[in-house]
Amino acid sequence: MVDQDNSPQQGAPADGDDERVPPMQAILDNPFLLLFIGVAVPAVFYTIWGIMEIAAIPIAK
Amino acid sequence: MATTFAHRVCPDTGLKVCRNAEALIKANAVVAIVFLAIGGLFGLLVALTRWPAVHILPADLFYLALTAHGADILIFWIIFFEIAILYFASAVLLNCRLATPRFAWLAFALMLVGALMGNVAVLQGESSVMFTSYVPMQAAPHFYLGLILFAVGALIAVFVFFGTLVVAHQEKTYEGSIPLVTFGAVAAAIIAVYTIASGAIILIPTFLWSVGLIGEIDTLTYRVVWWGLGHSSQQINVAAHVAVWYAIAALTVGSKPLSEKVSRMAFLLYIAFLPIASAHHLLTDPGLSSEFKIFNTSYAIYLAVLASMIHGMSVPGAIEAAQRRNGFTQGVFGWLRNAPWGNPAFSGMFLSVVMFGFVGGISGVVLGTEQLNLLMHNTLYVTGHFHGTVAAGTTLAFMAITYLVIPLIFRRELILKRWCKWQPYLFGIGTFGISMLMMGAGTLGVSRRHWDMTFSDATLSFDYPPAAFLMMGLNGIFAVLATIGGIMFVVIVVGSVLAGKSRDAEAAKTSPIIFQGGGATIAGHGGEATLKLPGTVTLVTVFFISFVLYYFVNWKFLSEVWPLS
Repeated sequence: MVDQDNSPQQGAPADGDDERVPPMQAILDNPFLLLFIGVAVPAVFYTIWGIMEIAAIPIAK
Repeated sequence: MATTFAHRVCPDTGLKVCRNAEALIKANAVVAIVFLAIGGLFGLLVALTRWPAVHILPADLFYLALTAHGADILIFWIIFFEIAILYFASAVLLNCRLATPRFAWLAFALMLVGALMGNVAVLQGESSVMFTSYVPMQAAPHFYLGLILFAVGALIAVFVFFGTLVVAHQEKTYEGSIPLVTFGAVAAAIIAVYTIASGAIILIPTFLWSVGLIGEIDTLTYRVVWWGLGHSSQQINVAAHVAVWYAIAALTVGSKPLSEKVSRMAFLLYIAFLPIASAHHLLTDPGLSSEFKIFNTSYAIYLAVLASMIHGMSVPGAIEAAQRRNGFTQGVFGWLRNAPWGNPAFSGMFLSVVMFGFVGGISGVVLGTEQLNLLMHNTLYVTGHFHGTVAAGTTLAFMAITYLVIPLIFRRELILKRWCKWQPYLFGIGTFGISMLMMGAGTLGVSRRHWDMTFSDATLSFDYPPAAFLMMGLNGIFAVLATIGGIMFVVIVVGSVLAGKSRDAEAAKTSPIIFQGGGATIAGHGGEATLKLPGTVTLVTVFFISFVLYYFVNWKFLSEVWPLS
């Protein structure tokens, strides 16, 4: 699980774009996709789920 | 193609420094340290009040000081400094111009006005609602307005950071993926967006409530949404200070991460799962199901804990690998003994790694376990935990990198070299003591925020064990120690910036302050490509044994206070 030493030149995709970028690297290289993940996951699992549970509490009579 | 822009080439690192970014880094860092100084002094007053033998402030001023301490340290100091880090990690490390510098200055102005407005509101005495500002306690409208302005400014600054990434990508100022330190800053920026959005969702209606336009704010909903701001803001710190660890390790000993890919994956886990740790503040709230609580504080957050453990192994491992490559190969810990302990950037960083892991990290997992949380929920243990993360972890890491920012960005030599050498140790020992003693007192039940632990004016008396009083006294002593460390830091920074000798290009050759090639390392790629790290393996083993023992000791403790038979 260790990287080979790849300098910036070695780590760069080939200029001809014929070197396929691995899907995981494509995800990690897209900050706006990461932004979506980073906002959507806590928004759904924490904020929205939490508010829905509170909203479902019956009102006291 | 890269466009031309006003810049200088740093003679120490060889990196292009965009002039606009440089000015904004300076401005944000200076203001951050001003708020650290203000917030730190309020913190000393809080600690001296909670020291039963001193008990320096009356109740109203105690809660005022506690509010100011929380806001100035947990919000203003940290986020101003993090914005400086974002500009460094984008424009400087990617060798590009800063996007929309006018918006960056607008962001700075909004943040400054907001922070000042918040402080004024607190000092006027009508907004002693503490950092959490739980409704139905109501602060003055300009307290909320200040926080909103600050948040808007911070959000603009974060998008200037994202814009700079786009500029760098379009102008092809770097090749391949962005450097790891910049990727860590991306993680921090993303968490900041969620954090600020949560703040806006709850603080805007709360502001409208404070001016009478809204009748009431539901207390449970407030707590859920507010903690999306309150705890996630501290998760920005985690991502940012881990990025700072990698940066300092690269600049001081020339280390690369053990595996860049694995470190990036760990940051991805932060992006997805770190903010939901907010739920551990709600573990005793009625109305929220166990499924919600356990998913958010256990199952998912363990992925974020895994990420922290990866970084916690990768950073010392990278340092060991680099030190061994540099010739320090003797024994298991020869690399550690021969590390640059006299360099405050290195010592501060390493202390931050160790204390964040052992103190803040382990206690965080214990607090995040629903059953164990009942042992210390809303006690001083919580405060001890986050002083382990925010003070001993983040603040110490940010102090450490400041020792590099002054010569590299401000182009000034550090003054008071002997003070520089000792300051991280003093502050580190002080904050370590504060964290441990507050956690100890919290385990004995001492409440998180009560002004008077003797309950002298209460109708029903209650006595904490004598050990709790001893711990709170010792906590005061360690707080004084941390304050001395903090004052030394502020004196060094202000003195160096105002009166430090100008650092010219010749100084980069005659008195280098970074490891040779450190500039290329921090902006480049690659890993150390070795796992022959006996010292790190030993340290990590000690960590895991401590972790497991402490975790199960707490279960044992729980079984004793909560007998089922």
